[in-house]
Amino acid sequence: MTLDAKIPDGSLAEKWDKHCFAGKLVNPANKKKYNIIIVGSGLAGASAAATLAELGYNVQVFTMHDSPRRAHSIAAQGGINAAKNYQNDGDSIFRLFYDTIKGGDFRAREANVYRLAQISNNIIDQCVAQGVPFAREYGGSLANRSFGGAQVSRTFYARGQTGQQLLLGAYSALMRQVHLGKVTIHARQEMMDLVVEAGLAKGIVTRDMRTGAIASHTAHAVVLATGGYGNVYYLSTNAMSSNVTAAWRAHKKGAFFANPCFVQIHPTCIPMHGDYQSKLTLMSESLRNDGRVWVPKKAGDTRPPAQIPEAERDYYLENKYPSFGNLVPRDVASRNAKEVCDTKKGVGETGLAVYLDFADAIKRDGIETILRKYGNLFQMYEKITAQDPVKQPMMIYPAVHYAMGGLWVDYNLMSTIPGLFVLGEANFSDHGANRLGASALMQGLADGYFILPNTIGAYLSSCAPGVPDRSARVFAEAEKNAESLISKLLAIKGKRTTDDIHKELGKLLWDHCGMARNSSGLQKALDRIPQIREEFWNNVLIPGTGKELNQSLERAGRLADFLEFAELMVTDALDREESCGCHLREESQTAEHEAKRDDEKYAYVSAWQHQGTGKTPILHKEPLTFENVTPSQRSYK
Amino acid sequence: MQSKKIDISLKIWRQEHPDAQGNFQHYSLSGISTDMSFLEMLDVLNEKLTLEGKEPVAFDHDCREGICGMCGAVVNGQPHGPEPGTTLCQLHMRHFRDGDQLVIEPFRARAFRIEKDLVVDRSSLDKIIQAGGYVSVNTGGAPEANTIPIAQKTAEQAMDAAACIGCGACVAACPNASAMLFVSAKVSQLALLPQGHPERRERALSMVGKMDELGFGNCSNERECEAACPKSISIRHIARLNREFIKAALFSE
Repeated sequence: MTLDAKIPDGSLAEKWDKHCFAGKLVNPANKKKYNIIIVGSGLAGASAAATLAELGYNVQVFTMHDSPRRAHSIAAQGGINAAKNYQNDGDSIFRLFYDTIKGGDFRAREANVYRLAQISNNIIDQCVAQGVPFAREYGGSLANRSFGGAQVSRTFYARGQTGQQLLLGAYSALMRQVHLGKVTIHARQEMMDLVVEAGLAKGIVTRDMRTGAIASHTAHAVVLATGGYGNVYYLSTNAMSSNVTAAWRAHKKGAFFANPCFVQIHPTCIPMHGDYQSKLTLMSESLRNDGRVWVPKKAGDTRPPAQIPEAERDYYLENKYPSFGNLVPRDVASRNAKEVCDTKKGVGETGLAVYLDFADAIKRDGIETILRKYGNLFQMYEKITAQDPVKQPMMIYPAVHYAMGGLWVDYNLMSTIPGLFVLGEANFSDHGANRLGASALMQGLADGYFILPNTIGAYLSSCAPGVPDRSARVFAEAEKNAESLISKLLAIKGKRTTDDIHKELGKLLWDHCGMARNSSGLQKALDRIPQIREEFWNNVLIPGTGKELNQSLERAGRLADFLEFAELMVTDALDREESCGCHLREESQTAEHEAKRDDEKYAYVSAWQHQGTGKTPILHKEPLTFENVTPSQRSYK
Repeated sequence: MQSKKIDISLKIWRQEHPDAQGNFQHYSLSGISTDMSFLEMLDVLNEKLTLEGKEPVAFDHDCREGICGMCGAVVNGQPHGPEPGTTLCQLHMRHFRDGDQLVIEPFRARAFRIEKDLVVDRSSLDKIIQAGGYVSVNTGGAPEANTIPIAQKTAEQAMDAAACIGCGACVAACPNASAMLFVSAKVSQLALLPQGHPERRERALSMVGKMDELGFGNCSNERECEAACPKSISIRHIARLNREFIKAALFSE
C-alpha cells in the first residue's frame, strides 16, 4: 500500500481554502442521518464533538472519566499560540508556520503546519466568544506573552491554567449540544476495540468501567482523540490514566503508526523522590530565564548547596553554550541534565536532579522582582517539596511530557483505515520531531473546531445515510475478543502487580530510548521488551473480577498495550539513525557533540504497519519535501 | 525539610457497589515517607493489599496536579483533607504525624451516588452545566477577538470564578449538600463577561432550577464550601448568583 497524504495542489496559502471548496459536502437535511463516534473528550475530542453536532450530525462521545471535563488537556499551563500580531512585533501566519516547522526540526508536512498557523487566529476568536477569560491589558485588549522558540510575543493565556480554560470552553459547547439532544455522552467507558469491516471503520466495542459490561456501538465514522502515549515510560507528566490503548488497538486493526520514537522530554520538572513516585510535575520553563543551572564539580559531593563554594560548582550549560547559556532549547537542557547525573554529579536524595539557583537573580533584581515573576511557581514547588527556592536552590530533572508521534493521518486527518479519523496528540501530524511550547492546545482545537468538520463530509458523502450498514457477526466477534482478553488477564493470578512490571518497562525505555540513544542500547531494549511482556502474561496479579469497577484490571489492560507499543517505539528509534528534534542519536553528532540531522537519509515520516505481536512491522516512508522553507541545522553554541 | 518515615493507621469506607451496605475497614501502614503525596500513600496501601490477595481501595484520581478535579475524599471530616486550597492529590504526608489515624470517606451527597469505595458519580454537575452553563455560540461565527474590550479587573474576577475544577468538594462540605458554590462560579464567570450577557437571565434560572431538581440542597450561609474549595473560590460568587437569580425572577420579560 502506498501512503497518500492527499496534500492539495496550489500555493501554500491557498491549499486549505481550495481543499475546503473541492471537498464534497453532505446535504444539510441529510446530516442528521449520520452517526459519528468520538473517543476522548479533551480539547480535540470535545471541540470536534460540539462542532459536528452544531452542523447537524448525531454524535456519541466516549470518555473513560466520570465527566468529559477531566481530560488531560486540562493540565496544560502555559498558553496557546496564534498569529494575530496584536503586538505589532513582526508576527504573521508565515512566521508562526516557520517557527513551528523549524521547531519540529523539519520533520512535519509544510501544508499541515501552514494550515495550523492559518487557523490559529480563528481559534482565539472562537474561544473569546465562548467566554474564555483570557488575560487582558488595562485597556481591555487581549494580552500576550513570549514563549520558547519564538522571537515574537504571540501566546494567549489564562493565568497558568490556559488548558483548563480552553477545555472548559469546549466542554461548555459540548454540554450545550447534549442539552439540545445532538450529543450523547458515554462516561466511564473504555474503548476495547475498533471494528473494521470490509476495510472501513464501522464502530467500536467498549467496556463499562462500572459494571464490566461489554457493548458495541456503530457509526458512519469513528474519531479517536485519545491523547498521547507518554505513560509508556511509567513516569511522565501525563495524567495517570493517559494511555495508548485506543490508538494501539486501532493500529492492530490496520491504522499505521507514525514516528512513535518522537517523544518530548521537558527539562524543568520536579525530581522524583522515591520508588513510590506515581507521576512527575512540570514546572514552567520560564524559570530558566533567571535561574542558573549547576551541579557540584566533584562526583558524589553530598554537601548542602550553600556549603559548596563558587569555584567548586559546574554551571555546565553556561560553560558549554556561552551564547544561549541556561536558555538552550528543551532537548539540549534535558540531555545535559541526564548526562551530568549519569556521571554521578546529580544532587538530592536520589542523585537524579540538578540545581536551578535563583540566588544571583535575587541579588541582582531584588527578591520582590523575582517573586513577582515566579511567586506562584515557587509556591507550587514548596507545596510539593517543602523547600523554599528563595533560601536554597530549586532541584529539577527532565521528564517525559508530550508524544509527537501518533497514528498516521492524511491532510483530512483520516488514518489508513477509511472512516477512522485521528485528532490532537493521538495523531502525528503537525509537530515534527519536537513540539514548541503553546502549540499543543492550538493543534487540538484546530483539529476539532475547524479541520475535521470541514473534511469529514467528503468521507461521509460516500456512505449511505441512515442506519449504518454492518454485519452483526463482526461486532459479536469483537465483543467476544474483548471478553476473552479480560478473562485471560484475570486468569494469570501471578505474583507481581501491574505497576511493578510497568516500572520495569519504564526504566528500560528511559535508559535506552530516552533523550540520547545508540544502537546497542536500543538493541538491548528490543531484546528485553518481549521478556518483560512474557513476564507480564505469566506473572501479573490482578485482583477482583471483570464484572465490577476494577481499577487494577483497567491498568493491566493498558500495560498490555504499552508492552506491545514499546517494541514499535524502540524499533522506530533504531531505524532513525539521525539526531533530530528531541533526540540525540549518539552515532549522529557533530565534532562538538551536538545533534546532527541527516536530511539525505531521514527526511521522511516513518509509518509502521502492524504484522502481529512480536513480528517485525513493515516500515512505509512518506517523504517530506520543503518548497517554501529551507531546512537549516540548529546551533546554540 | 528532610523527609521522615511515619506510621499511620487508616479507617477507610469500603462499599462494593452502589447498592451494597458499606462499612469502615481498618488498615495500618508503616514507614510512610513524609514526601509522599496522599494518593501515593493510597497507592502503597493498594500494592500491599493486592499482594496480600485482598481487594484494593477504589478511588478516583487522574492528573495528580490539582487541576482535573477527579480526585477527592473526605479526610478526618474535611473534603480534600486539612490543607486549605489544596486538592487531595496535592496534599502531602508531611502534614500528618507519626501515629495519626486518618478516617477516609467518599464525598457524600444525595446527588452523588457512591459507585465503589471512595468513587462517586458526579455527573449531576455536568447536568447543571447542560442547563445553561455556556454561551450559545456555534463554531465559526465568532467576531474578531479584540472587538469587545474587557477591563482587566473584570477579566480577572471572571477567571477567579472560572478556576472551579468541578470536584464536588463544596457539595460534600455543605451540611445541606448544596451545589451553590459550583453553580455560582459558572453563573458569575458568564455574568461578568459581556459574552454571557444575552442569556444571563435564563442561565441563572435554569441552572438553579436544575440544581434543585437533582436533589442538591439550598444555601444557608454556612461557608463550609469556601473553606473546602481547593481553588479557594469565594462565596462572593454566591452573592452574585443570588443577585442574578432575583433579578431574573422578578423582572421577567
